[in-house]
Amino acid sequence: MNRPEAALDTAWTLVFGCWLIASAATLGALFFSEIMQLPPCVLCWYQRIFMFPLVLLLPVGLFPFDARVVRYALPLTAVGWLVALFQVLLVAGLIPQDLRPCTQGVPCSEVQIQWLGFIDIPMLSFVAFSIMNTLLLAAYFRSRP
Amino acid sequence: MSRKSKRNPSDLTRPAAAPVAPPQAAPGAGPKNRRNLFIAAAVALLSIFVAAAFYYRGEQARSAQLATAKNLPALASEQSPSFGPASAKVHLVEFFDPACETCAAFFPHVKKLMAAHPDRIRLSLRHVPFHPGSEVAVRALEASRQQGKYQQVLEALYASQGSWVIQHQVQADRVWAVLGGLGLDLDKLRADMNAPEVGQRLTRDMQDARLLGVTKTPEFFANGRPMPSFGLEQLQTLVGEELRRAYP
Repeated sequence: MNRPEAALDTAWTLVFGCWLIASAATLGALFFSEIMQLPPCVLCWYQRIFMFPLVLLLPVGLFPFDARVVRYALPLTAVGWLVALFQVLLVAGLIPQDLRPCTQGVPCSEVQIQWLGFIDIPMLSFVAFSIMNTLLLAAYFRSRP
Repeated sequence: MSRKSKRNPSDLTRPAAAPVAPPQAAPGAGPKNRRNLFIAAAVALLSIFVAAAFYYRGEQARSAQLATAKNLPALASEQSPSFGPASAKVHLVEFFDPACETCAAFFPHVKKLMAAHPDRIRLSLRHVPFHPGSEVAVRALEASRQQGKYQQVLEALYASQGSWVIQHQVQADRVWAVLGGLGLDLDKLRADMNAPEVGQRLTRDMQDARLLGVTKTPEFFANGRPMPSFGLEQLQTLVGEELRRAYP
């Protein structure tokens, strides 16, 4: 009786961690576009589509805890991860330029923000989706009967 | 079932949680603690967002003010192509890339601004070829000044931009196709394009752009003051303010 309880506790913490990342990423994305006024490119919008809903979806599964929330959230994080991966490869130049979509007004030849020489916005998104996938998968295996 | 705490109106939902995770499972991890943790995290994240927004806005305003004074040496651009009389009290400096779509879209509006206030605005143009391959177009522009056809070449390049900028890449041969139809001495142009002073001006423009933090085009400075944020309206407001200040 004690073992599954502890496992469910861990799963709750993992999903909660996932929500923290989704919320931080959502607020970060809004900061870049609404406060810093950087126009988001098309790929950013696709990643937002898969990131923003998690801020509301995950808490519904946290209170009261329903381990199946992982099943509903994983498709979003998985597809979001793929889009983020695509953009990281584009920025790295591993996918040909002419496939790169670009918002009018954003010169495509440049990365809009770069910290420490290698951290850019697509990279942050990719890292966020990667961690969320890992956390959700861990929660899934933890809470399995 | 006690209702000692008024701050937890969602106590009613607690029985629903019981079958899945009984509250007494582990001390310190009960639903109430979780709820408080969740609320604390949400409040913390939102506070950080709001604080960062205020901080960023404040910094923006401060750096814009500081920049105005610091900008002036880097904006003194005697060697750049310039329109309007030297006596004009409002000096508008535009950093642009002929291959940039937004620059082309702004161009007619800048002309309109100049036309609305003749003798009061002087426009200097600085070249920053951010698009891949755009240096050819910029060099051609610089060289066309030798033949007195700068404005013609600029307008022709803007008007036919779609034909020589393909997927944000400049196609040099198509630039030449545009240049061919303007009655220029192309051999002279080709020679002038590679003149050392053209290279020096280009380097100077890029250096000043870096100094001024110009990373996107077009970027405008009116008497050293940048736009508070990017947009046509912001440009019109900025120029209007400087006009009012210079010609009360």
